[in-house]
Amino acid sequence: MIEIDQVHKSFGDLEVIKGVDLTVAKGEVVSIIGGSGSGKSTLLMCINGLEPIQRGSIRVDGIEVHAKGTDLNRLRRKIGIVFQQWNAFPHLTVLENVMLAPRKVLGLGRAEAQEIALKQLAHVGLSDKLEVFPSKLSGGQQQRMAIARALAMSPDYMLFDEATSALDPQLVGEVLDTIRLLAEEGMTMLLVTHEIRFARDVSDRVAFFRNGLVHEIGPPAQVINAPQRPETAEFLKSVR
Amino acid sequence: MFDYTFQWRPALRALPDMLAGAWVTFETAALSMILGVLLALALTVMRRMDNPLPRAFANLWVSIARNTPSLFQIYMLYFGLGSFGWHISSWAALLAGITFNNAGYLAENFRGGLKAVPDTQMRAARSLGMGAFQAYRLIVFPQLLRIVYHPLTNQMVWAVLMTSLGVIVGLNDDLTGVTQDYNVRTFRTFEFFAIAAVLYYLITKVIVLVARLLAWRLFRY
Repeated sequence: MIEIDQVHKSFGDLEVIKGVDLTVAKGEVVSIIGGSGSGKSTLLMCINGLEPIQRGSIRVDGIEVHAKGTDLNRLRRKIGIVFQQWNAFPHLTVLENVMLAPRKVLGLGRAEAQEIALKQLAHVGLSDKLEVFPSKLSGGQQQRMAIARALAMSPDYMLFDEATSALDPQLVGEVLDTIRLLAEEGMTMLLVTHEIRFARDVSDRVAFFRNGLVHEIGPPAQVINAPQRPETAEFLKSVR
Repeated sequence: MFDYTFQWRPALRALPDMLAGAWVTFETAALSMILGVLLALALTVMRRMDNPLPRAFANLWVSIARNTPSLFQIYMLYFGLGSFGWHISSWAALLAGITFNNAGYLAENFRGGLKAVPDTQMRAARSLGMGAFQAYRLIVFPQLLRIVYHPLTNQMVWAVLMTSLGVIVGLNDDLTGVTQDYNVRTFRTFEFFAIAAVLYYLITKVIVLVARLLAWRLFRY
């Protein structure tokens, strides 16, 4: 379970998250929607400790992420994250990209790591690209590789930071299908997304972020189909 | 007006000695590069530290190395240290001088190279559970190597040519030293130095060629 409790986060004088509460239960899929600059992506970076927070607390399976003694490297093994810009490792082949962390972080042998990588790459439909370098892949393929790379660590949670925002429109579908597959398999996920229709389809709950706060949260049938607050309705109208 | 008669035979007889000198030259340059790279890495780390002391030290090193003649740097190490009673051999002074120079230039290359590896690479590596050092070693460093590879090759060529300055602190067994020895004994200046120049040219050409082959093997992406 991810428990976000009254989190405040600033960059210098600029406060981007102003007291957010949010929980993601095991097996749940929660989507965060909202305009740019509302603090959605920053929140994801705080959850696995890539960004410090100023106040409040974030607990993952009861472990305080920003506490002094927390072993972040160990914690991050169970939190997979997929970035907007893919962040493929350009000097490694697709297979090596996916094998690297299982080998070097989990300490698995080559054969075992390769088996895991092959399985995950098959999962995202990249079995025919094993020896290819990322520069030879399309954006959608790179993003699917990034998903396989995160999954290879067998994480308990997957965080998606606008995973399709940097993709050409015709490539969005293949990545969304991959994420949808994960949702069907029961993966616990927190998605920051601009794909409203997709959020409605896969999410158990949707949170609308506005000015660094959770403005409205609930099942998609409420937040997306029948928003309770005027700002939510306005936002949805603007992105449709 | 021009009554110089070329006499290549005595010069060519000295070729084995000159080749031995060329080997010393290559060895010295190679060693100065290995040490230079290690020092440059240390300087690069120091320049990124929060503590202002190592930062200032590294910045001073880089700025002196890049903005003073290498001749002066070698001179200071030999005669400068000597005047404080710390005597080092000609070869050690030359090696230290070139290493000092290499480290300064390479540190600057490394700094630029690190900027060219996006921060997001580090983020991605850390998010997979890698420690900072591990992420540098497995993700940042290999990409940095590619970016600084050609400047690195250049510096190696430059190091070979800089070894010729050893003669001013009395080095006599490198290529220039051997050549100069023959020159003062025979006054066949043109012949000996022409051969030396060809040998320098060949050394650096071979280095560039090997570097190119290595790059082809190393950077497949």
